[in-house]
Amino acid sequence: MIELKQAPHPVAVAVPPRRTIVLDRLPEPVRPPEQREAVRPLATAAGPERLRLEDVTVTYGGASTLGRRGANAVRSVSLSIHQGEVLALIGPSGCGKTTLLRTLNRLTELTPGACRGGRILLDGEDIHELEDTALRARVAMVFQQPNPFPMSIFDNVAFALREQSRRRPRRPELEPLVVDALKRAGLYNEVEDDLHRPALRLSGGQQQRLCIARAIALRPEVLLMDEPCSALDPISTGVIEELIHELRRDHAVVIVTHNLAQAHRVADKVAFMYLGDLVEYGTVQQVFEEPRAPRTRDYVQGAFG
Amino acid sequence: MSTFVSDPRAGGLPSGSQRGRRSSLRTWRWSDRLVLCAAWAAGLSLCAIAAAILLYMGYRGVQYLRPDLIFSRPQASLNQAGSGGFLDPLLGTALLTVIGIAIAAPLAISSALWIVEYGQGGRAHQLLTRVVESSIEIVAGTPDIVIAVFGLAIFQLHLLAFASFIGEGGGVYGRSFLAAGAMMSLIALPPLFVATRDGLLAVPAHMREAAFALGKTRIATIRRVLLPSVRPNIATGVTLGVSRIIADTAIVIVLLGDELRLTPRQGGFPGLGVLRGTGSSLTSYVYDNSPAGEGLAPQKAYAAAVLLLVFVLLLNLAVERFIRRSQARTGGVAIAGGIA
Repeated sequence: MIELKQAPHPVAVAVPPRRTIVLDRLPEPVRPPEQREAVRPLATAAGPERLRLEDVTVTYGGASTLGRRGANAVRSVSLSIHQGEVLALIGPSGCGKTTLLRTLNRLTELTPGACRGGRILLDGEDIHELEDTALRARVAMVFQQPNPFPMSIFDNVAFALREQSRRRPRRPELEPLVVDALKRAGLYNEVEDDLHRPALRLSGGQQQRLCIARAIALRPEVLLMDEPCSALDPISTGVIEELIHELRRDHAVVIVTHNLAQAHRVADKVAFMYLGDLVEYGTVQQVFEEPRAPRTRDYVQGAFG
Repeated sequence: MSTFVSDPRAGGLPSGSQRGRRSSLRTWRWSDRLVLCAAWAAGLSLCAIAAAILLYMGYRGVQYLRPDLIFSRPQASLNQAGSGGFLDPLLGTALLTVIGIAIAAPLAISSALWIVEYGQGGRAHQLLTRVVESSIEIVAGTPDIVIAVFGLAIFQLHLLAFASFIGEGGGVYGRSFLAAGAMMSLIALPPLFVATRDGLLAVPAHMREAAFALGKTRIATIRRVLLPSVRPNIATGVTLGVSRIIADTAIVIVLLGDELRLTPRQGGFPGLGVLRGTGSSLTSYVYDNSPAGEGLAPQKAYAAAVLLLVFVLLLNLAVERFIRRSQARTGGVAIAGGIA
């Protein structure tokens, strides 16, 4: 067993100790395309709740504008995100879906003037109480633009694994974890001949899968994806959508997309946002075929957006 | 396979398989033609000037440049044949460069890092950022003779007597390699700072966000992601700084004691004696031997000047090769700005 464990944080605030990363079961191999089901099966029973948003409001204008009408990027959103299902956030540009996504791993704190109201619970713990580095190891994010670091493929994935414990893990310890992450991201077959190639030499779709491998190397509980396929060609998009379908077994996936067809293909649950409000939330069947709100019906039928 | 046909309308080739008609110079406006000629003239005259400098210095200097000149020490002598070579000035230049960069590099890189990573948020931080950047601009714009005289005033204080030595009569001499090297670091600091800062600003925001989103602290991001990606920019900045240090004459003449040979002071551990002592550099050697100085060996001056030119050219070549190699290793990260 390979363990990367850090001692509990010696601070008065009740911060849970870092989790051990242990390969206690062999990772399942990613099945080649021929063996995957031709028709997507009905959504698996949703797993435990991973993230709960309670009345979340986000504003970029400073604390004084929190709650003021018209000034908030996200207004009073309450949602529940479970493992085993993919939640798609859809809506026209500027509706707050990316802001909401970035709030989930506290990336909005990097913007000066950003304030958040409400509560977000990760497995029952308020994310505000967690250390931000500890939080982001459990809630990982993949961005719109593939952004591998200017290092080798191995170092990119190992970057996430290093500095997780007090003692520096050496290459023989890291290698199985890196290989496992690349396999789970469906990239290992294409790069196994030389893991020390510069990552920037890969194609766009491969780079994005490398970013996914990097994000899931620490086995996060939640995987956030901000329009991961919008910079890619259709073939790479298809590969990544298949990958998302596999990944949802182990992680709770939240994907922001402006492509309604993609939301229909990939998601199990859909949340439609408009100008900061959560207008509708339901299964893909409900939102696309029997929307309750008229605005939802207009959007999914293409009347605006 | 595309074939070139001079008249695109002849023959049944599909359009677009050869170059389309382009506008010829005859159809341009006269003002555009004038500007084109002026641009060509400027470029060609720049090439001519550079070639003239190289060729003239080469012609005058190379005939007197012998290998033993580089390795023999200079002697004070009225006879040209007996005045030796320029090993000491070479060593002096090298020593000054090393001291200057050793002081300037940590200061410049850490200031640039702080300004880009921490100095952008909050009003107090932004004020400090503006103060630091203005100070560096002021230092960059100060003439080097002013910096030299300032250095003399500073290093003649008793507080800084350790940097040089105390002469007879109790006054601090104030001129030494340490003093000159310290002022040379001020010369090298602005280009290094600007190159590092621009390189850091050119790193896209989503690269930093990707590192943060993996749970990395800011320090870890700086060490593992940012500093490696600006290594080419730092190399460019160091080259610029080194070029300016090698070329500087005023600081050397004022602050290095202007003795022909490396004259270390006694006492302290071995290296410290050289640092606290005086000597000369290639630029002061050129000055002394040229008709403007003591003027006894102008041919040696030209030879030393050619050597200086060769140094700077080799330095630029080495840095370009380093930049290209590190781009190949990382897969082609763009570098903002070149060697100006």
